[in-house]
Amino acid sequence: MAIKTEPFVLNIGPAHPSTHGVFRMRTTLDGEVVLDMEPVFGYLHRGIEKLAETRTYTQNIPFTDRLDYLASMSNNLAYVMAVEKLAGIPVPERAEYLRVIMAELQRLASHLIAVGAFLNDCGAFMTPILYMIREREKILDLFEMVCGQRLTYNYMRIGGVSHDIPEEFLPALGRFVKEMPGFIDEYDQLLAENEILLVRSKGVGILPKELAINISASGPVLRASGVKRDIRKVDPYSVYERFEFDIPTGSVGDCYDRYWVRMQEMRQSTRIIKQALEQLSSGEVQSQVPQRLHPPVGEVYGHIEAPKGELGFYLVSDNSIAPYRFHIRAPSLINLTALRDMIIGWKLADAIIIFGSIDICMGEVDR
Amino acid sequence: MTTVETGFNSGSSLASLPPDWPGGYWLHWGVFVIIILAFVFLTVLIFIWLERRLIGRFQVRLGPNRAGPFGILQPIADAIKILLKEDIVPAKGDKLVFWLAPVVAFVPVLLIFAVIPFQGGALLADLNIGILYIVAVSSVSVIGIFMAGWGSNNKYSLIGAMRTIAQVISYEIPMGLAIIGVVLIAGSLSLTDIVAAQNIPFILFQPLGFLIFFIAALAEINRTPFDVMEADSELVAGFHTEYSGMKFGLFYLMEYAEVLAISAIVTTLFLGGWRGPVLPPVLWFLIKVFAMFFIIVWVRSTIPRVRIDQIMGFAWKFLLPLALINMFITGLEVILLPEVLPWPIIFLNLAIAAGLVVLWSKFFRLGGGRVEV
Amino acid sequence: MKFERFGLGILKGLALTLKHLFRRPITTQYPEERLTVSRRIRGNELIWSEEKCTGCATCAKSCPQGAIEIVTSISEDNRYIVEKFEVDFGYCIFCGFCVEACPYEALFLGYDYERSKYRRQDLVGAKEDLLVSDQKQASGYGHPEVETTLPRQTLLVERDKVRK
Repeated sequence: MAIKTEPFVLNIGPAHPSTHGVFRMRTTLDGEVVLDMEPVFGYLHRGIEKLAETRTYTQNIPFTDRLDYLASMSNNLAYVMAVEKLAGIPVPERAEYLRVIMAELQRLASHLIAVGAFLNDCGAFMTPILYMIREREKILDLFEMVCGQRLTYNYMRIGGVSHDIPEEFLPALGRFVKEMPGFIDEYDQLLAENEILLVRSKGVGILPKELAINISASGPVLRASGVKRDIRKVDPYSVYERFEFDIPTGSVGDCYDRYWVRMQEMRQSTRIIKQALEQLSSGEVQSQVPQRLHPPVGEVYGHIEAPKGELGFYLVSDNSIAPYRFHIRAPSLINLTALRDMIIGWKLADAIIIFGSIDICMGEVDR
Repeated sequence: MTTVETGFNSGSSLASLPPDWPGGYWLHWGVFVIIILAFVFLTVLIFIWLERRLIGRFQVRLGPNRAGPFGILQPIADAIKILLKEDIVPAKGDKLVFWLAPVVAFVPVLLIFAVIPFQGGALLADLNIGILYIVAVSSVSVIGIFMAGWGSNNKYSLIGAMRTIAQVISYEIPMGLAIIGVVLIAGSLSLTDIVAAQNIPFILFQPLGFLIFFIAALAEINRTPFDVMEADSELVAGFHTEYSGMKFGLFYLMEYAEVLAISAIVTTLFLGGWRGPVLPPVLWFLIKVFAMFFIIVWVRSTIPRVRIDQIMGFAWKFLLPLALINMFITGLEVILLPEVLPWPIIFLNLAIAAGLVVLWSKFFRLGGGRVEV
Repeated sequence: MKFERFGLGILKGLALTLKHLFRRPITTQYPEERLTVSRRIRGNELIWSEEKCTGCATCAKSCPQGAIEIVTSISEDNRYIVEKFEVDFGYCIFCGFCVEACPYEALFLGYDYERSKYRRQDLVGAKEDLLVSDQKQASGYGHPEVETTLPRQTLLVERDKVRK
């Protein structure tokens, strides 16, 4: 006698302890196996792209802070570089080095939260994420010393950075950079060879190489699938050609590879900061830019390697004080399009882990 | 092996009380019921406080410290909060089943303490099938969990309850088989006899048995790494999502009372019960129970959670064969080598345990996990 | 899936957690102990110096939200008198553009972060509330002369002494 079963719909709803932000997944389950999944987002839409058309180029910088609120420096940097490319504004050298230091520190902070949240979803009861938040607090203290805020920095300006660093910044940063590799080794000791983590994340949620290239994924998600592409090497911006660093690449494209790629990127960021500290020169930090900037008519696409992927700004200008069109290429949204293919066939517990390993931030997805 | 004295003596003259102390059958029963209830409730309150402070210290932070000095009154504050909450019953759920579930889940846990010796002879009922009684009674609380999942009329609760039942039933078998190893060495099912036979604690004679029993017990009581039942980051709270008020309080108490029961059973079977050199026996018992609790909390704060099908695979493919082999080897040793000095046997057992763990790890293979849709 | 390391990975993790048990916790007991914030904090208040202000409204033009409202009138000797200078802190995002934009250095951000209110109407700061006074400490954001008078920030890098 066969038992009649039917699949049922489970709503992993917008307010859930482990979706990173307000994201809704309507999954169809058969027992524990996921048969189908439909993502619903848009709960955090604030209309940034439309609001930006009525503000000047300088006034748009605080709006870009609020896109990926865990990595604000990178957002600022991408936007400011796009405007400088459009209007042809030079940037002094000390400002370039300061920008690189801030961007790499921000990459460290963002990856710490990404890895910590992933391990939290695996069930390690908040111990790894609390250790990583302790390191992130040290980075946030450094940022607070420079620009006065801990989350929405508003630090970069068109043509440089807004303030020069105070004199206790460099000793504190040197001390932090010296201790950080030791802490990364501690995290590896805690969980990298843990059998339970290996069993739960090796081979789970594989993103094949062709699919990753076809959906134009970027960032650690792409590199974990075996494609060696990093905008800092392919299309170098700022002064990245003067540093030497490696690009960690995974092989299979499962959750463990994405976790491993982020840990290695943290080590590479520490390396870049050390080199930047040695090469830091003196000078001014902002070039003279009028408050109401009238860039020439045209369009530009400026992109950087943000912690979550390739963040790009597409600006169209018509020689007025506000941009005519302001579009953001958000890496989290593009990486998210492969979620359905990665989840189908796995169980409910894996669905949460796979979603956590892509590392999205809803501020970017919804804008 | 049980006839050799090696200096792990049984302490002062208070070590053994007459079986019906203080006198009379019903007075003995009444006094011990009060002692057991007081012990369980007080220790559970201390466990709640200790767990939160310990996990805080493992995570480089302080635990709760606002309610009373060092947060000692925190469990009492929690209890008052739980009692004052509104008791919500789902409208379409099965009301009788919903109401009975916490009771059916909690009472068997209290029944376990009837046979655990706090001192020589200081227990409610000196059954000569003590350990069999424990295994039988502890299986009844699973029914309570299933009743809770069913009566809540909630998909999340039902999934949580089904997972829990599968897990608990699967892990009872390695647990029982590990206990048989101890019973073979001691020669009796009664817990007082098992404690009396431990001149050297059985953890040295049965390292593999201890490991299997400990892991199976963690799975029985739904603690990390096997806590899919209350996986906070997946299903919101498992089978007790819909409970509030005193019913939730009973589930909460049940979880910590089960931890206490497992610590007490492990202490009695493997660590020597109340035996110890200088201090009074009750104090030794408490020290050992708290040491086991420390290890359980330590494991909870470090290790991630295992997926449900991997839990089942681990029980049936790894623990069960090892438990059978352990029972077989122990039986051989008891029959063939009864009069040998203990220390070579201990080294032999440790070597066999390490060898088996390494060998079986090489052969152990879990399924892939992905289903073709 | 195999048990490649025979359970050693789990034991290493357990050893690390035990080591953390003996480190000093880094918690700060908030209302009793407070950490010193940065000298350039963009705090929760705007401080306006009436003598230096000339009513040019550059700050209002540079605010992305339009949170500053200025109404002026002309006096006898051809200068502006500021009649109304109102900031709605419900809209303000504390970006600091107004402080950077003022050509006469008449505007400061506050040093304090504990200024919550119970009603939404109380969030609007009118002219008298924003004046410079001795009770309000200004922050050094955009004003280097104030920055040198403020105390040093507490850094977690220095408080967390790890035994190496």
